[in-house]
Amino acid sequence: MKRILLILSVIIFLTACRKPDQIVGTVVTNVTAPADMDGLNGFYLINEGMMGTYHASLDYFDFSTGNFHRNVYATNNKHIVTDKIGFGDVGNDVAQYGSKLYAVLNCSGFVEAMNVENAEHIAQIAIPNCRYLAFSGGYAYVSSFAGPISPFQSKDRLGYVAKIDTASFTVVDTCTVGLQPEQMLISANNKIYVANSGGYRGKFGQYDNTVSVIDINSFTQMYQINVGINPECILADGYGRIYVSSRGDNDYTSVASCIYVIDTQTDLVVDTIDIQCSDMDLVGDSLYVVGFYQDSFEKTSKVSYMIYNVRTQTIASDKFITDGTEAMISRPYGVRINPVSHQIYVTDAKDCKSPGMLFCYSPDGILQWYVRQTGEIPSRIAFVRF
Amino acid sequence: MVSAMNKCVLAQNGDQSIDEVVVESSNINTTIIPVQILDGDFLRRMPANSVADAVRYFSGVQLKDYGGVGGMKTINVRSMGSQHVGVFYDGVEMANAQNGVVDLGRFSLDNMQTISIYNGQKSSIFQSAKDFSSSSALYLETRIPEFGANDRYHHKFSLRTGSFDTFNPSFLFEFKLSDNISLGLSGDYLYTSGRYKFTYAVEGGSDTTQIRQNGDVHSFRLEAGLFGKFDNNRGKWNAKLYCYDSQRGYPGAAVRSMSLTNHERQWDTNLFFQGNIQEQFSNVYSLMFKTKISYDYLHYISDPDNTASTIYVNNEFKLYHQYCSLINLFEPCNWCNLSLSTDFQHDFLRSNLENFSNPHRYTLLNNVAVSFLWWQVKIQTNLLYTMVQEREGGKHRFSPSVTASYRPFEQIDFTLRAFYKNIFRMPTLNDLYYTYIGNVNLKPETTNQFNLGFVYGKDFYNGVLKNLQLTVDAYCNKVRNKIVAMPSGNQFRWTMLNYGRVDIIGVDAALASYWNFGPVGLNTNFTYTYQDARDVTDKNSMWYGGQIPYIPRHSFSAIAGIDWKSFCLNYSFIYTGERYESQANTADYYQQPWYTHDVSLRYSWLVAKHNFSVSLDVNNIFNQQYQIVRCYPMPGTNVSIKLNYSL
Repeated sequence: MKRILLILSVIIFLTACRKPDQIVGTVVTNVTAPADMDGLNGFYLINEGMMGTYHASLDYFDFSTGNFHRNVYATNNKHIVTDKIGFGDVGNDVAQYGSKLYAVLNCSGFVEAMNVENAEHIAQIAIPNCRYLAFSGGYAYVSSFAGPISPFQSKDRLGYVAKIDTASFTVVDTCTVGLQPEQMLISANNKIYVANSGGYRGKFGQYDNTVSVIDINSFTQMYQINVGINPECILADGYGRIYVSSRGDNDYTSVASCIYVIDTQTDLVVDTIDIQCSDMDLVGDSLYVVGFYQDSFEKTSKVSYMIYNVRTQTIASDKFITDGTEAMISRPYGVRINPVSHQIYVTDAKDCKSPGMLFCYSPDGILQWYVRQTGEIPSRIAFVRF
Repeated sequence: MVSAMNKCVLAQNGDQSIDEVVVESSNINTTIIPVQILDGDFLRRMPANSVADAVRYFSGVQLKDYGGVGGMKTINVRSMGSQHVGVFYDGVEMANAQNGVVDLGRFSLDNMQTISIYNGQKSSIFQSAKDFSSSSALYLETRIPEFGANDRYHHKFSLRTGSFDTFNPSFLFEFKLSDNISLGLSGDYLYTSGRYKFTYAVEGGSDTTQIRQNGDVHSFRLEAGLFGKFDNNRGKWNAKLYCYDSQRGYPGAAVRSMSLTNHERQWDTNLFFQGNIQEQFSNVYSLMFKTKISYDYLHYISDPDNTASTIYVNNEFKLYHQYCSLINLFEPCNWCNLSLSTDFQHDFLRSNLENFSNPHRYTLLNNVAVSFLWWQVKIQTNLLYTMVQEREGGKHRFSPSVTASYRPFEQIDFTLRAFYKNIFRMPTLNDLYYTYIGNVNLKPETTNQFNLGFVYGKDFYNGVLKNLQLTVDAYCNKVRNKIVAMPSGNQFRWTMLNYGRVDIIGVDAALASYWNFGPVGLNTNFTYTYQDARDVTDKNSMWYGGQIPYIPRHSFSAIAGIDWKSFCLNYSFIYTGERYESQANTADYYQQPWYTHDVSLRYSWLVAKHNFSVSLDVNNIFNQQYQIVRCYPMPGTNVSIKLNYSL
């Protein structure tokens, strides 16, 4: 009996000792030699994290040291975080504007404004179901799925673009667009192009297939351009054209992914490029396109790494990784090109339930360095200058 | 006295027979498979609100709990996954072909007589093929009316109330209709607001205290059972009608957010009829027939108030299920018995999902089981043949199992036991056909189990320690073709794949004892579980060999119950060791150990023939803030009071 009481009191003592959770601190790893990037300080990498898990995180790579700083948000914002990672739920986009770094936390329903130098929290702007960022003239534009119900027969919920004053961090205006708007592009001639994916209707194979064109001054949708189903990424080249990826629907309707080319003067589709596209980036005349899809029938995945030359309008390479190291990448998720060195960064989301990896290739496709452990589902990169 | 008290103990194994006693007179069919049982008074005195709270005290079991009264609660036995656990309600499986799991939080303990969990299968051979068809099995047995010579009528009323605005009245009536037929009626209503405070904090950081919102539950259960005997007790039958109806909200993941609170709601209706008749026609031959018809309705709305914070989903599912089984038992000699059983099952799922294929599934199971007894060796073996037919095609498979036990010394209650079992689970209808993510090409997920263990029991006639029982089992399980969700090539779509492989090595141990200090009786039970469950899916992955999500290496529980006069004090403790949310066992995914202390005190008194009792439960007495599933905070200290009256 005494022994039992002793055991019980030890247990009770143990209970009193339980500590609160520890912040997951920043882990700094040197992955390469310092490099001069002509004023670019580094880049932030946002990790989406699985929905409903609070796993979104922010990593930073510093060109001046060659160090990768894994998970910088919690360490630099101890006074506000209440969780070991503490950033939010589903980190969908990240970008610099002025002296601020903006991040979109999709399922947390806000845009986070931070100091670009150290990711210190400045403000939160509430936008339900927010997705991507674009900037122009002192305003941040954020796409969101949470617009009004469509007046048409389908009664689907439309998306909108919110206009945020970056001085006051308030939403000053909204503009309704198509279904589930994703990336936006602001053209030189003052138009905002918005890719309406219709992803919520995707399970029925009935995606949206339009790009909304908004007049930036009146902030109203002028018209929509028809492209392929499930458009997502948008980029502009130096010849007045924009590139819109249509992610297709491999599983149900067997519509292949491809890229639509739109002339920004006429707003007409002038070309389609038959390349599987999961993410893309453009530097100079080269459009880098990563394609990935999981074939649930054959249990295999199909991967491609292409370069399309936007001047000659031909495929310049069907393999921008040239040293065979693509075998290390199991699920390419994002691609970004360094605007100064033209190095290629490819993120690998792995199984989406464990940390991902980041690979850096030279412009001729040779692996230069890689990060063994990023956050969960590494997706978008924002180069920063301060 | 000792053996009577021992019946209350959470006995791990022992030769407990459940309700086959009538026909299974032969001692060949006693339990040789690892089993843990909670029954009778021991079950009633535990500070537990539902079956889910009670099963936490079994070794080898991990409860997955999303928190609160309404949060989903499922069990995972020996790390093989929740969908490998068959849940049997009064002897017939609560099949859920749609998603393969049963929410144990929905079963009240009010009318529960016995809860038992078997690794492998229940070690009786006079049972349906279904009983052989899962990797482990949980049996929930409700109360069967029993009458003395002069009573014809029992009733019981209780009322439970306490934290989370819980209001839970229940009733039970039992009538003796004739010498051979009795009727039982029971029901309960439950309301809870599901509101409780929780705190999020990190060391050196900030903290926040919030209240869980939208966790309310309204539920209503009604059950009627007829129980009969015939042919001089050589035959018996029962028929049961069950009705459950509920409406609940889901509080959702607690994350840093500026969205409005979660608004998800779900409505469920479950109706079933089941019947069972059995007779021993001669000393050599017995026959049993079981049948069940059920209808399960589920309606889910993700955003009923149209707050736009998430995708709008409004889905209805109707699952129709029919089942019957015929079981033959031959007892030709006293060293060998044989059973043959055939089960047929039909499931049909309808939904308002667009392009949903409204699948039918026909399952035929045939099983042959043999048991032998030679001196002190008992062996049971069976071969199950399963045929599954759907529109897209059929699958068929043989699944064997062998169980053996050996008691080397006649005078010492020490038994060695071992089993091997190979079995599979079919992909659920959601895995296959759910319009968003289903994959019709899935193969069944298989498990192979090897178990070796012993049971040792001893009664003492002098001293305060009266009885001791120790069981230890070591096991090795392999899960292959594990069905996992993987993102497909599109930002909106996931798909199901036979991707995972898991290797599990574990040890379950339990020590139960009964002590007597003059007028004070003390029951104790300790369980300990060690599980090394490794993800061995991809050799090239950096995380190959990591402990699989949410399985602790170490966990244990302790229960002590003290009886003194009309007081009954129960203390229970649960420890779940550190876990990770991912097979990547890194700091990001680390989950701290959690441990809770629960206490309950009951006082009962008798006025004429009327029994009254009042019990007070205090759960999580040190107000530990913990999570079992990340972002789903569990309640801190909570109390409930229960008043009980019975005749």
